[in-house]
Amino acid sequence: MFSGLWAILKKEIIHIKRDPATRFIFAIPLVELLLFGYAIDTDVKHVPTVVFDLNRQRESRQLIKEFENTQYFRLVGEVGSDQELQSAIVGGRAKVGIKIPPDYSTNLVNGRQSQVQVIIDGSDSTIASRVLNASQQLGFVKSLERDGISPNQFSIDIRPRLLFNPNLLSANFYVPGLIGIILQLVTVFLTAFAIVRERERGTLEQLLVSPVSKGGLIAGKLLPYTAIGFGQTVLVLLLMVFLFGVPIHGSVTLLLFLSLVFLVPALGMGIVISTFARNQSEAMQMSLMTLLPAFLLSGFVFPRESMPLAIYLISFLIPATYYLEILRGIILRGAGIAALWDEALVLAGFGVFFMILSVVRFKKHL
Amino acid sequence: MLVIVRETTSDEHERRTRQMTIAIRADGITRKFGPLTAVSDVSFTIEKGEIFGFLGPNGSGKSTMIRILCGLLQPSSGRAELDGLDVVAQTEEIKRRIGYMSQRFSLYEDLTVEENIDFYGAIYGLNPTALAQRRRAVVDLVGLDDRLEQLAATLSGGYKQRLALACCLLHEPKIIFLDEPTAGIDPVARREIWDLLFRLAAEGTTLFVTTHYMDEAERCSQVAYIYLSKLIAIGRPQDLKRLPEITPVGCAWVEVTSDDATQLLPLLRRHADVVDATIFGEAIHALVRQPTDAAALIDYARQQGAHEVQCRAVPPSLEDVFVALTRLRRSAAEGR
Repeated sequence: MFSGLWAILKKEIIHIKRDPATRFIFAIPLVELLLFGYAIDTDVKHVPTVVFDLNRQRESRQLIKEFENTQYFRLVGEVGSDQELQSAIVGGRAKVGIKIPPDYSTNLVNGRQSQVQVIIDGSDSTIASRVLNASQQLGFVKSLERDGISPNQFSIDIRPRLLFNPNLLSANFYVPGLIGIILQLVTVFLTAFAIVRERERGTLEQLLVSPVSKGGLIAGKLLPYTAIGFGQTVLVLLLMVFLFGVPIHGSVTLLLFLSLVFLVPALGMGIVISTFARNQSEAMQMSLMTLLPAFLLSGFVFPRESMPLAIYLISFLIPATYYLEILRGIILRGAGIAALWDEALVLAGFGVFFMILSVVRFKKHL
Repeated sequence: MLVIVRETTSDEHERRTRQMTIAIRADGITRKFGPLTAVSDVSFTIEKGEIFGFLGPNGSGKSTMIRILCGLLQPSSGRAELDGLDVVAQTEEIKRRIGYMSQRFSLYEDLTVEENIDFYGAIYGLNPTALAQRRRAVVDLVGLDDRLEQLAATLSGGYKQRLALACCLLHEPKIIFLDEPTAGIDPVARREIWDLLFRLAAEGTTLFVTTHYMDEAERCSQVAYIYLSKLIAIGRPQDLKRLPEITPVGCAWVEVTSDDATQLLPLLRRHADVVDATIFGEAIHALVRQPTDAAALIDYARQQGAHEVQCRAVPPSLEDVFVALTRLRRSAAEGR
């Protein structure tokens, strides 16, 4: 069933050693992690803000100071009219405009309600909702203070405690996910090209007239790339721990083992692609097609729970979904195999499925 | 209109002993790709130790036929046997008995000569001792001994073909398929490859060769010509040249030379008794109806202003045979 495996394996290792692209095999995931790890930061801070202060009293200046103190707002200038405020937001100079009416201080002093308008650019919903919350909370806390009530006098005291990521750093959440996405990207490409290259060069035909078995051919191609994929995994994990400062709370051994379990379906997908693609550019396109669902639907960017049902169901068909659960589980929450065995099992199932599919697809001669 | 030239003697006893010596037998092989028929009802028998030349224009189904015989493609209908084994049912057993040299150079260019040889030896399951012995034998045979360390990519066309041949000889195949083994290589290398093929055939290996070169076809023990996916002629080259279709009654082939053959050709074609005329190397081959003979043709050409005209009767070349058969076939198809 695996005849010719050793010969293919040896040959692949020579190819990898001589291929000039090999020099970049470990550089690519590193560079990607560095690039995207720093770029993806959803922590909202210092949103550029303009102020239209019609009151110009001590009270209004105090309010502006307090907005700034929340860390969410960064004053980038004052404007003198509604139009100016509007154009600052439309032009992108500011995402928030605070308009303080002329009677702000008088109303406060006389115990009447004082209205302050906060205009928010809603195009980025994450930023908008954070800013909205921050401004409402500021009004709320300030109102209570004026009425002489401090938070520890509330009749109900809700005390949230954040587990695992107490400072709510988005890097801790995104970097482990990013590792999954990067590994999927590089591994699918590795094997997608491995067989298509032989087809393009005409060497596949030569192999098919030889007694080499399909299993031997596929396994011989898969093993060296599994080793490379595993090396890449170790590398990006090291980078995550030592550069991004994201600690691994769970067992490193388990993490590495389950990464290996993920590499099989990822590389298998590449092999399946290479049985469909006739040339390298087709293989490239098909590999990219697998990347986008992994990127968008695996829960990497958007929480799967809030997806529409149909999309949510599709996300179950993406191996990266399970690997992301495993990565986040072990790295962030210190989860053990007891909590992750079902994800591991599904990944192993995907692995077997892609292997069988590639052998079956391969049977169709050329 | 299949033209088959049988051997002159064919009594029952001899036919039975031939059964033992048959290397390839194709029986009504047809292969369709969707609406397209690439090979249509092709049958032939090739004996062991033969060099079988398979000829035909590009796209006529030569490579498809080779792929079917190698087990790379399944025939839509018909059956074929290699060394007594069925190409569809016994593909795996066949693989160890055949060698295949595809049209394109299909070895690994980033591997050295030796690495390529070792790789192919290994996938054919040769153990290290056997491999070392076979490696020495094939390297000596094809003359690659001083290039073992060289990357295959840096070999010249002729040496690439030698390496390809070496790789497909490692497991001592009984039958070797060579798809245009000499396409695009220089004449000296071409001759050397053919010398190798003759040596292999003399040792009892059966060779199935496709080519566009008529001089190569002349060297084959049997040639077949496939046109529009159908086999239209098969037989020994000298027998094909004697086919009555090629030289109709009352006609003869002549070779005409002059100082300017391209200028002479249209003149000859205008002559009422010239049935057909084509450039053949430096000369013109013409099929001439009697009573016009060589002397009459010389007079005609001189009158038309040609110089240094010479003319002699010749047997038709294989090219003449195939061109004539193709024309007959085409006019038969149009007449229908």
